[in-house]
Amino acid sequence: MSLHVQELSFGARLKHRARVVAESFKRNPTMLFGVVVLLLMAVLAFLAPWLGLPEPMQQSPRDRLQPPSPDALFGTDMYGRDLFSRVLHGGQVSLVVGLTVATLATSFGLAIGLVSGFVRSVDAVIMRLMDALMSIPSILLAIALVALWGSSVPNVILALTIPEIPRVVRLVRSVVLMLRDQLYVQAAIACGTSTPRILIRHILPNTIPPLIVQATYICAQAVIFEAYLSFVGAGTPPEIPSWGNIMAEGRMFFFQSVGIILYPGAFLALTVFAINTFGDGLRDSLDPRMQRRV
Amino acid sequence: MYAYIIRRLIATIPIMAIVAVFVFMLLHLSPGDPAAIIAGDFATEDQIIKIREQLGLNDPLYIQFGSWLVNLLQGDMGQSIYSGLPVTKLIGQRIEPTLMLTLCTMVIAITMAIPLGVIAAWKVGTWIDRMVMTLAVFGFSVPVFVIGYLLILGGSRTLGWFPVQGYTSIFESVPGFLSHITLPALTLGAVYMALIARMTRATMLEVLNEDYVRTAYAKGLATRKVLVKHALKNAMVPISTTIGLGVALLIGGVVVTESVFAIPGLGRLTVDAVLRTDYPVIQGVILVFSFTYVLLNLLIDLSYVLFDPRIRY
Amino acid sequence: MTEDTVLLDRGPSADAGTDPVLQVEDLRTYFDTRDGVVKAVDGLDFSVRPGEILGVVGESGCGKSITSLSVMQLLPRPPARFASGRIMFKGRDLLQASEDEMRRLRGNEISMIFQDPMSSLNPVLSIGDQLTEAIILHQGLSSKQAMDHAIEMLDLVHIPEPRRRLKEYPHQLSGGMRQRVMIAMALSCNPSVLIADEPTTALDVTIQAQILALMEEIRDKLKTAIILITHDLGVVAEMADRVLVMYAGRKVEEADVVEIFERPQHPYTRGLMRSVPRLTTDFSEAREQRLSEIPGIVPALTNLPKGCTFAERCAFATDRCRAEYPAIEPKKPDHVAACWESANLPDWTL
Repeated sequence: MSLHVQELSFGARLKHRARVVAESFKRNPTMLFGVVVLLLMAVLAFLAPWLGLPEPMQQSPRDRLQPPSPDALFGTDMYGRDLFSRVLHGGQVSLVVGLTVATLATSFGLAIGLVSGFVRSVDAVIMRLMDALMSIPSILLAIALVALWGSSVPNVILALTIPEIPRVVRLVRSVVLMLRDQLYVQAAIACGTSTPRILIRHILPNTIPPLIVQATYICAQAVIFEAYLSFVGAGTPPEIPSWGNIMAEGRMFFFQSVGIILYPGAFLALTVFAINTFGDGLRDSLDPRMQRRV
Repeated sequence: MYAYIIRRLIATIPIMAIVAVFVFMLLHLSPGDPAAIIAGDFATEDQIIKIREQLGLNDPLYIQFGSWLVNLLQGDMGQSIYSGLPVTKLIGQRIEPTLMLTLCTMVIAITMAIPLGVIAAWKVGTWIDRMVMTLAVFGFSVPVFVIGYLLILGGSRTLGWFPVQGYTSIFESVPGFLSHITLPALTLGAVYMALIARMTRATMLEVLNEDYVRTAYAKGLATRKVLVKHALKNAMVPISTTIGLGVALLIGGVVVTESVFAIPGLGRLTVDAVLRTDYPVIQGVILVFSFTYVLLNLLIDLSYVLFDPRIRY
Repeated sequence: MTEDTVLLDRGPSADAGTDPVLQVEDLRTYFDTRDGVVKAVDGLDFSVRPGEILGVVGESGCGKSITSLSVMQLLPRPPARFASGRIMFKGRDLLQASEDEMRRLRGNEISMIFQDPMSSLNPVLSIGDQLTEAIILHQGLSSKQAMDHAIEMLDLVHIPEPRRRLKEYPHQLSGGMRQRVMIAMALSCNPSVLIADEPTTALDVTIQAQILALMEEIRDKLKTAIILITHDLGVVAEMADRVLVMYAGRKVEEADVVEIFERPQHPYTRGLMRSVPRLTTDFSEAREQRLSEIPGIVPALTNLPKGCTFAERCAFATDRCRAEYPAIEPKKPDHVAACWESANLPDWTL
């Protein structure tokens, strides 16, 4: 990173980056697509209770496994519940889980990574712990955690957050290590600037662009993993509809009514696809190396 | 070289040890009485006491850990609470399908994803590139089990080419094995392929800008030879790193895929153990998967020598 | 062959009167980019004879390297395209040749040495592998025979212990050694034309001299026509038989090496010569001697001015210069330049 970029104030840099992102929307229509789809999903999920749809939990044994009709756009499930309503409501859990996991994992990871990168004495210990944590495949770890803690949305969120932290720590630490050797940071150290001040003024702003990109990927992954957890019976409790447990409950009836998996599956895939394209777009516009190549 | 391998093996011991401590502590870090958690919501007081005794939960923590570790080092991972069978035996019974499924997936995914990534990089910016990359993002976005059910719907239900579910050991019948393994392997491979194809494309794009690629063209070599011999060999180190790290995705996917296709492997074992909070089994499966994962990545690190003469051990 | 009016070669070791082996006529290499058409090479003519060294000089970005990549047909199309021109090699036009035909020529009859030997050799393939590749491909030798030939080639470029080197990898060789390997590689099929694009720029001065000496030796032994692309007038003065000066994609001057250094007819050529430090035995004189630079920068190739492309930076420019591009025409015997004012330039002294 060149020196003169560093001399700009934090605010000016943010503005600059915001402009870069805005420009990349223009150049990168798929990124715009991602944002629009995401917003649409969020609106549908969170306004679902006010759309005049049947209650997502309201059973009606007489109307089991109905095909799509004007009354029930996606048909009904094995308890006669309205699938369209359930899928829309299910988006709430998925989106909340995705966003919260992304926020928590990046925040914890950022804090640990900054410390690890700047305080040499704890670096080795932290990194060994992170290596060990990373060598446990994340879904297995999450499954084990939820199995022990019990099914609830907060537990799912925590269980999905913990395995993601090491990757964030590694990312932040690598940025810190790279920056620590830069001349302007060395100069700040030589001038007697305090460590927290260096971290906040010089290091932190540079970790943000890659972290945002990483956060989008974590978010996408968490949405999928929530569904995996529900699918193997270690996810959100059945009384709250989520895309994962709609599919998990419906899998026995897949051949009678494929929509029971395909509709929530399509919503989930579209959402994750949108988050991923948004993340890819962000990466291309925030990573100067990629920019030059394009 | 051998000295290096031994050094690296020794270096994995602390990692494995931390994993072991971590897996052991999971139960004890959970809120509430471990025995009650394992016994489940409908257990009687007697059952809880029995479990507490069976798992030695009355002893101080360090004694519990000590005896657990000593047993583990002797290959004893305890007994299943549900069936009473030794965990090692349960895992031994279930390991073959999972191993075969994972290997088949890796072979299929790698042989398809690397050429796709190479072609995408070669034809960068064209519709071929865009198609490969869109497919890759789709692979990342569609949950494994949705892919699985779609393949069952198409390949088994509609076309009738493959059995819907189940598993046949390769030692019993090779055609039976192949017909049973194809759909699960494709299902499990989707994410993995997406990952490898993307990495291949990104690395190849970098390599194709190198001067030595121009030199190769200037020699009059055909494009195929330049791509494969000159460029791909240079790209193989990052690609194989991804192949190794991506196995974590495979392990996660195996749990789900085996449920979809009713394959009696470690994934099914995990799901069953989760449903019954059979903690010793969960512990054992996590340990086996994690150790395999660490060793596999070590193996891949060592394989860099094959691709890059500048790396010496 | 075609009309050869531009000049008669008088290079010391060129066979005057033989036909040129490579003849470029009115070459226009354009790049279609988002910001418009970049005219990287815009109407270039030149030719080389067997055993002749043609020096092509100019600042970076003047189109030297694009010219060589055009001859090799190594530019990606698109964005590159050839708006006009012919590249005649042994009676055929390379611009019309199929990719298959080009592949048979590249590394065989026309080869190329690149600037940076550090990055131009493949780090993961052995020297022997990289050397024999072209030999096996173009000469149909077995890999055993190719290895023997590769050893001869390494011998030719004075690499000690060639047999052992074949098994080594680029990172085990020094920069000078690597450039020797590059040269051996380029010469392994005994090409008629060798294009050397800044072959010594990345090397130490002493190594530079050795590599240049080697190239002259090879020219004398094999009668290879060499196109030596460089920004270094010192190298040109030492090596070239004839010199072509390029500016903003066009040829601005061309003459015999002695002629051009004694009587440069284009202000740009003069500027280049003045910006080279000279060694004198008198130290105080050396300290006083002022290096002059050419003011300004090369114009953007997307938006070239209507008149002479150099007018902006030229001390002698007139209104005519700014309005009309000067045709390239003979100024002295066997000496062409593109300048309206060359007759009015002051006498040349450094």
